[in-house]
Amino acid sequence: MTIAEKILAAHAGLDSVEPGQLVEVDVDFALGNDITAPIAIKTFKQAGVNTVFDREKIALVSDHFVPNKDIMSAEQARLLREFAAEQGIVHHYDGGESGVEHVLLPEKGLVLPGDVVIGADSHTCTYGAMGTFATGVGSTDLAATMMTGKTWFKVPESIKFVYKGKLRPWVGGKDLILYTIGDIGVDGALYMAMEFTGPVIDSMSMAGRFTMSNMAIEAGGKVGLINPDDTALNYVTDRATRDFTVYRSDEDAQYTKVIEYDCSEIEPQVACPHLPENTKGISEVGNVPLDQVVIGSCTNGRLEDLALAADVISGRRVSKGLRLIVIPTTPKVYIQALEKGILTIFLNAGAVIGPPTCGPCLGGHMGVLAKGERALATTNRNFVGRMGHPESEVYLANPAIAAASAVLGRIGSPEEL
Amino acid sequence: MKIKGKVWKFGKNIDTDVIIPARYLNTSDPAELAKHCMEDTDPDFSKKIKPGDIIVAEKNFGCGSSREHAPIALKAAGLGCVIAPSFARIFYRNAFNMGLPIFECDETVSALGEGDEVEVDADTGEIRDLTTGDVFMAQPIPPFMQELISDGGLIPHVLKSL
Ligand code: SF4
Repeated sequence: MTIAEKILAAHAGLDSVEPGQLVEVDVDFALGNDITAPIAIKTFKQAGVNTVFDREKIALVSDHFVPNKDIMSAEQARLLREFAAEQGIVHHYDGGESGVEHVLLPEKGLVLPGDVVIGADSHTCTYGAMGTFATGVGSTDLAATMMTGKTWFKVPESIKFVYKGKLRPWVGGKDLILYTIGDIGVDGALYMAMEFTGPVIDSMSMAGRFTMSNMAIEAGGKVGLINPDDTALNYVTDRATRDFTVYRSDEDAQYTKVIEYDCSEIEPQVACPHLPENTKGISEVGNVPLDQVVIGSCTNGRLEDLALAADVISGRRVSKGLRLIVIPTTPKVYIQALEKGILTIFLNAGAVIGPPTCGPCLGGHMGVLAKGERALATTNRNFVGRMGHPESEVYLANPAIAAASAVLGRIGSPEEL
Repeated sequence: MKIKGKVWKFGKNIDTDVIIPARYLNTSDPAELAKHCMEDTDPDFSKKIKPGDIIVAEKNFGCGSSREHAPIALKAAGLGCVIAPSFARIFYRNAFNMGLPIFECDETVSALGEGDEVEVDADTGEIRDLTTGDVFMAQPIPPFMQELISDGGLIPHVLKSL
């Protein structure tokens, strides 16, 4: 069996499962945020249920519109606060404790290898990097799981991606996943489990792996899994808040497709407007002037991402007229970036440092684009109007490209500095 | 459980905006949503269909947003089920959660004709074209999913077991 099949079988109380089979599974952890949880909470209350299935296995994270950007978002955050207090929900994050959910939960050891995790947010698939069967669902699903601790899944077929060869300079997880989405398309893995393997993944850091799993949904995937190895276990061991079981795909596991990439042929990738599949190598992008660069989000807002960008920008200045916005995604990332002098480098370069929030990633606040403006971001979606005005444009790239582009005033690579 | 009705055919990639246009999302009242179901393709659709009628579509039915209003509208309009070779992932979930039966079957796209009388056995996944006599097999819905549907959706189902 594949890792996806093994995790689902174990949580359904079955010896084995097959793709296409519908199973009811126990959920180890469930997540809602300040946009999706309010609807789930209302459904929960309307159903007349008194208590959640387990007050330690639910996270309510106010991260999208916080610090509250307006009255309506303040009301939503309040709803989470009140429900958390009423139910005694242990993992409620708000104010100075909050951060971008998909960075925060793994960092706190709340989601673990071998878990089944559902989140009312499409990028819940991020945790697949630790070998977690984690996927996004609707608010009603979250409500039901909050009541019962269970959910249902159709066992997905798996596609195995094998990354071989030597990475070129400035190429990382973001480039590999953008390249993959560019290759298979935004529905290339519809319903399916994507499994990222190969020597390049084996030597990749957790930050790079999280970035890759994060964008599985941009290919239509249900989960983006990586078999846990020493790197993953080292990451998890000290932070795990409970016991967990490691599952790995069998040698003879069945895949719908196996796709191999020679990474030595992949240069840094840029996804052009308005779909993540519109990818190009950096050398083919041409002259694209920018108004804003954003470094942050659940895709690329971890310490390693900030450190990489700071290395590129160190001693340089942001191009005149361009806004660089840097968002450390959790309080911990913020503190570490502060202590390592990373934030000072950004401030000296002329960047704005935002608090841990989704902020501009979804055009929420703290960096919304005006009509006709163009941004490059380390985020995951470049749909029409994603970061603001419907006539603005978003390009997606890795943190090194983002930093170099902020200095150049147009999309470009660190090699041009 | 048996579903019986007339076939209404649709093409591929029918998105959630076609099923229920965004301009009606200021309500979640099923009866109100039902009135506007498929309205941009056929303004009179909700008036023409009879309880139990069946949508037969091409691949990737329900793609687009995660709005739960889409399966609610179809179900409240009286549709018995939707048959397609594939469904977008979140629509698939939401359909079961809202108590709308859906069936995956490749052959029906070309084999079932507009207006055919069709009977679907939800227990076995057998799709019987009463007009032509042809029979097809969809992936059967497992018992617990059938229960979910006969209970009227995820929340009523969950409440029953609590
Ligand atoms: S950072 Fe962006 S993609 Fe990630 S959870 Fe927040 S809004 Fe969604």
